[in-house]
Amino acid sequence: MAMKYNWDWSILLCRLPEADPTGAVEPGMPGSGSTEFGGGMGQTFDTGAECAQPYFDWIVSGLGWTVVVAICAWVITFSLGSVIGVSRTVENKTVRAIATAYVEMFRNVPLLLQMFIWFFVVPELLPEDAGRWLKRDLPFPEYWTAIVCLGMYHASRTAEQVRAGIESIPTGQTHAGLAMGLTQTQVYRYVLLPVSYRIIIPPLTSDFMGIFKNSSVALTIGVMELTAQSRQIAEYTFNIFEVFTLATVLYMLVTLIVVTIMRFVEAKVRIPGTIALGGD
Amino acid sequence: MFRDFDFQVIFGNLDILWDGMLITLLLTAVAIVGGILFGTVLALMRLSKYMVLSLVAGRYVDAFRSTPLILVIFWFYFAVPIVIGRPIGGLYSVLIAFTLFEAAYYCEIIRAGIQSVTRAQFSAGLALGLTNRQTMGYVILPQAFRNMVPVLLTQAIVLFQDTSLVYVVGLKDFLTAADLIAVRDNRVVELYFTAAVVYFVLCLTASLWVRKLQRKYAI
Repeated sequence: MAMKYNWDWSILLCRLPEADPTGAVEPGMPGSGSTEFGGGMGQTFDTGAECAQPYFDWIVSGLGWTVVVAICAWVITFSLGSVIGVSRTVENKTVRAIATAYVEMFRNVPLLLQMFIWFFVVPELLPEDAGRWLKRDLPFPEYWTAIVCLGMYHASRTAEQVRAGIESIPTGQTHAGLAMGLTQTQVYRYVLLPVSYRIIIPPLTSDFMGIFKNSSVALTIGVMELTAQSRQIAEYTFNIFEVFTLATVLYMLVTLIVVTIMRFVEAKVRIPGTIALGGD
Repeated sequence: MFRDFDFQVIFGNLDILWDGMLITLLLTAVAIVGGILFGTVLALMRLSKYMVLSLVAGRYVDAFRSTPLILVIFWFYFAVPIVIGRPIGGLYSVLIAFTLFEAAYYCEIIRAGIQSVTRAQFSAGLALGLTNRQTMGYVILPQAFRNMVPVLLTQAIVLFQDTSLVYVVGLKDFLTAADLIAVRDNRVVELYFTAAVVYFVLCLTASLWVRKLQRKYAI
């Protein structure tokens, strides 16, 4: 590239000077990148001295928080989304209306705004004691808020997938179940849900990827996840290309791992006799 | 909380909120038009018989779809001034980021739309004596378009909500404007609540309209 820019991958490898020098260079991290970009490592004077902050550790901790927040939020999403999704298919009109209202409410307000509302508005609306507990006594309030907010936001999407999965099963199966003497609950438990969950694995996977990516929105309320950490490093060092490249590669890597695992799971639980979904 | 809900802070600042909404709408419009144009090019590349083209387009789509939008916004906000060698301001870098990001999503929608038309239709067109281009133009694309219009519009609604993320680079869109007033006047509840209602009404209206359209144009 013709632009003026000093590539320096070493900022991501260095540690604080007082740290144990044997652990200074992590093998297999962006080392491959340094050869690609004309040996950026060679341009630095002294890796240990130049390092003002443990940037590599920041990235690792950021990735860790991204994964933790995403997985915790997914637990909420999956359980709540299943309940809401099933509620949208039952006969009871009130239950259906409540579930529909939930889906429309959470789907039609931007995630960022929901994050603000959970963080700044909800403690004001609660009774005084609960609000004070949320604001003062709860440790790591921004992390809890982010998990709850992400979980409830994505539950509205997962609910739609669950509903679509249930509705895709021919009504004959429900009738057959009822004719055999199963109760409505048993029909859901033994007939509808086991089939529909297996059908909707691909959309559920992309929902999880959505949570994983959207966890970056939590940086607006102070969660130091991967994107927040990489922006912080970018502001400290101005080595934006290195740090954003590393963050992008990490996001893509996790996506790849999750997609690979889910493809395996999907093949494992496929209903015998059906064709592969997502194929031709 | 609703006892001391102060509507004055909303009505007194309508002009700031409206300016913010204009930025939001501008971003949405540019990203839809640019995204669909570039997305169509990408979709044709992905379906092309030349391996290199489909591979490049495929990697492009994969890369953007597995990266959070906020990270993409940061990428362009920090990188564009360095690449072109002078500052260009938040708005332009965000416009570029949204267009390129949305193109990846629109590409998949358009590709799926074209592929949703069965191959037999193509063969039937050829058997009737139409040329390749005529089959594409008169048989495949009209059906593909009908199939994908609702999805394109739904994506536009998602995009409209996603533009609020420009908050992270301080561009004054609707949500950022509301946030600025909220902090300045210490009226967080009123402003966030109003913003939520505005987004909710706009998006719900749009999605109900899309659902109606979907029923009307279903083949």
